[in-house]
Amino acid sequence: MKLDNIYQEEKKSNFAKVAEIIITMASRPSGFIGLSILIFHVVLAFISPYIAPYDFKAINPTLMLQAPSAEYWFGTDDLGRDVFTRTILGGRTALTITFFGSLIALLWGGLLGIFCGLVGGKTDDIVMRIVDAFLSIPWILAMLLIVSLLGTSTEVLIPALGFFYGKGIVRVARAATHDVIAKDFIVSARARGHSNFSIIWNEIIPNVRDAILVEGAMRWSWMLLGFSSLSFLGFGVSPPTPDWGLMISNARGLMSFAYWSVIAPIVGLSSLIIGINLTADAFAKALGIDRSTKAPV
Amino acid sequence: MLFLIIKRILLGLITLFIVSLITFVGTEILPGDACTTYLERQAFGEQLEACYRRLGLNVPAYERYISWAVNAIQGDFGYSLSGEMPIKEVLGPRIKNSLVLASAAIFIGIPIALILGIVTALWRDKLPDVAISTVTIFAMTIPEFISATLLILIIAIWLEWLPGIVIVPTDVSFLELLPNIILPVIAIAMIMTAHMARMVRSSVIQVMASEYVQMAILKGVPYWKMVFKHVLPNALLPAINVVALTIAWLLGGVVVTEVVFNYPGLGRLVIESISNRDLPTVQALAIILASIYVSINLLADLMTLMLNPRLKTLQIRK
Repeated sequence: MKLDNIYQEEKKSNFAKVAEIIITMASRPSGFIGLSILIFHVVLAFISPYIAPYDFKAINPTLMLQAPSAEYWFGTDDLGRDVFTRTILGGRTALTITFFGSLIALLWGGLLGIFCGLVGGKTDDIVMRIVDAFLSIPWILAMLLIVSLLGTSTEVLIPALGFFYGKGIVRVARAATHDVIAKDFIVSARARGHSNFSIIWNEIIPNVRDAILVEGAMRWSWMLLGFSSLSFLGFGVSPPTPDWGLMISNARGLMSFAYWSVIAPIVGLSSLIIGINLTADAFAKALGIDRSTKAPV
Repeated sequence: MLFLIIKRILLGLITLFIVSLITFVGTEILPGDACTTYLERQAFGEQLEACYRRLGLNVPAYERYISWAVNAIQGDFGYSLSGEMPIKEVLGPRIKNSLVLASAAIFIGIPIALILGIVTALWRDKLPDVAISTVTIFAMTIPEFISATLLILIIAIWLEWLPGIVIVPTDVSFLELLPNIILPVIAIAMIMTAHMARMVRSSVIQVMASEYVQMAILKGVPYWKMVFKHVLPNALLPAINVVALTIAWLLGGVVVTEVVFNYPGLGRLVIESISNRDLPTVQALAIILASIYVSINLLADLMTLMLNPRLKTLQIRK
C-alpha cells in the first residue's frame, strides 16, 4: 500500500483546500459570475462610506425627484437625497445582519441536528416534532410578530433571523449525521469508549461539515430575501438608514414619474441575491453535494 | 397502508398542537399584552383591571389556553381587538380571496413547470436548457416584492394594460375580482413555476441516468415512448412531495405579494393585525396558516402513497 500518498493528502493545509474549492467553483461560468457579483458587493460594502459622493441623509427640498444627470448619476428621491449614494450604501446593513444571522443559524441548527441524529430515540422525536411545528409557521408571521413586539434593532434582528432560518438546517444536519452514524469508524470510536462530545467533534463534524456549510450558504440568500421583505414591509431597519428594501418601498408610490429611484435599489438587491445563490450553488457542486431535488424549507 | 395514513394524520395533528402552544406561549412571554397596547398610556389601575376582565385575561394562562383551544377547534377564534368583530367573520372573505389567488397561481404554474422541467431535462445542457434555466434562476431568486413592483411598473404604468393596484372591497364577487388578480397571480406563479421546474428537471435527469432507462435505450424502445411510459411516471412521483413543500414555503411570499398589490387577502390581514398588535387575530392566523401547510404536506404524502405501488406493501416507514 502506498501509505505515503495517503499522508501526503492529509498534509494539505486548510488554506490550500479552500483555494482548491474556490478555483473549482470559479471554473464554471455560473459560479464565476456568482463569485464575482458577491465579491463586488462585499468590497462595495467595505469601501462605500469612503466613495459615496453625497451624505445619505442630506435632505434637499430644492432637488426633489431629479432625473439622472451627470451630477446625480441615479437621480434624487422624494426628499432630494442622492439615489446613487443611498444605493451603494444600501447593502451594508443587509449584508452584515444576514451574514451574522446565517452564522448563528449554522451553529445552532448544525449542532442540534448532529446531536439529535446521534442520540436518536425519544429526545430526537420530541425535538423533531418541535422543529416541524416551527417549520409550519410561516416565517414571515413569526418574524413580524417578534419584530413588532421587540423592535427592529440589530440585536433583535440577528438572533431572530438566525433562529428562524436555523430550524431547516437541523433537518439537514440530522439527515447527514444519520448517513455517517452507521459507519464503522463511529462504531469503533464508541467501542474505544469515546464520549458523545468527542465523537461529535472528531468523527461526525468533519464528515457532515460540507452538507451543513452548503445549506448555510443557501440560507444566507433566503435570509437576505426575508430581511429585505421585512424592510420592504416597514418592519426592518428604520429610516433614514439606507436599505434597498426600504428604498424600494418608499420609491414605489412615486415610480410612475420617478422610476430611477426604484430601479437602482432593485438592481442592487436582485444582483446580490442572485450572486449569493449562484455562489452557493457552485459551492455545492464543488463539494459534490446535490441539493437540487430538495425543497426550500 | 391504513396504519401509515393514520400515523401521518396523527403526526400532523401533533404538529398543529405544538404550533398552537408556540403561538400562545410566544404571545404570552413577549413584552406587552393586548390590554397594555390597547390602552397605551392609560394602562394602569382600574382601567387595566377592567380591560383584563373584559378580555378574560385575569385567569391563569393555562386555563385561557384550554378555553381558546376548545373554541378554536370549533372555528371560533374570539374577537379581534381593533374592530371588535368576531375573527371568524373577518377571516371568511379573506380566506376566500387568498384561495382564489393561490389556486389560480397553482393551476397556471404546475402545467408550465412540468413542461419547462421536462424540456430542460431532455435537452440538458443544450440551448433550450441553458436559456430556460437562466430565466428560472432569475425568476426564483428575485424577491416577490421586486418582481411584483417591476410588473406594476412595466405592465400597469408604462404599458397601461392592467390595473396595478387592487382597489376592491373585501367581499367582492369573483367576476369583478378577475381583472384585478391577473398581475398578482403572475407574480406568485412566476416564482412557484421556477422552483417547481427546477425540481422536475433534476428529478427527470436522475431517472434518465438510471439503469432501466439505459436498458430501454439498448433494447431499442422508441425515444418518446420511453420518456412517457418509463421516465415520467417515475420522475414525477418524488417531485410531488417537493412541490408541496414549495407551495407551503411560498405562503410567506403570498403575504408580501398581497401587500404590494393591496390585495384583500389573508396576507394583508397578517400585516394589518400585526401593525395593530391585534394578538387574537395573529394567533388565529398562525393556526390557520400552519394548518394549510400541514394539510398540503399531508395531501402530498398521501398522494405519493397512493401512486407508488412499492409503498403499498410497506408496513412501517420511518
